[in-house]
Amino acid sequence: MADEALFLLLHNEMVAGVYKSAEQGEVENGRCITKLENMGFRVGQGLIERFTKDTARFKDELDIMKFICKDFWTTVFKKQIDNLRTNHQGIYVLQDNKFRLLTQMSAGKQYLEHASKANFR
Amino acid sequence: MAVCIAVIAKENYPLYIRSTPMENELKFHYMVHTSLDVVDEKISAMGKALVDQRELYLGLLYPTEDYKVYGYVTNSKVKFVMVVDSSNTALRDNEIRSMFRKLHNSYTDVMCNPFYNPGDRIQSRVFDNMVTSMMIQVC
Repeated sequence: MADEALFLLLHNEMVAGVYKSAEQGEVENGRCITKLENMGFRVGQGLIERFTKDTARFKDELDIMKFICKDFWTTVFKKQIDNLRTNHQGIYVLQDNKFRLLTQMSAGKQYLEHASKANFR
Repeated sequence: MAVCIAVIAKENYPLYIRSTPMENELKFHYMVHTSLDVVDEKISAMGKALVDQRELYLGLLYPTEDYKVYGYVTNSKVKFVMVVDSSNTALRDNEIRSMFRKLHNSYTDVMCNPFYNPGDRIQSRVFDNMVTSMMIQVC
């Protein structure tokens, strides 16, 4: 699908763009990650509104987590979450062994630090 | 033909509230506020299961002598409350459901608007027009 490649390129450019604008401006480095996180959060909110429009009401937290891991992840990344762990006290760890937005990056050292920035989106 | 429509955020403050201009608006604001308690009661998993637990449409919240109040909750815990005139007996449950459906669709469109910050009052013209089309036409 051609649109997947387009989105990957846009995504990478966005990360680079935010960091470049930070170099020219006066902000400290930490703000870039927050900016990217907030962007991702906002996009996620819109997506969730659309997807949950027709699904049944969630009864409890477990329902919500199941929805995220199965339906939501499948719709956005075309696969399910590989591992879900919890400490039963409100913390959930989702593990994806083949994160779609990073698979195209080669495993050289040069790219690994940038991969962590892309991760936050 | 609703008399008052309100969109309430997850933290129970109104994102959008509009009533027919003829009436005393404060009365409707108060009614919507009190109906929030009923909504919370229906959402929480009370053992009675009066409402189908998996549905977004909550149904008739409470009837007063002049008005009936209907509720609907989305999965992101945003509530829609609609007050209709009791004298309008022609309104059936299915129509109310379809009105809430339209509300939900418009609300989703507002959420996806990148210029809209969640938590602000809804100021979209399209949303306004849709709500106007659902409100009663009083000359």
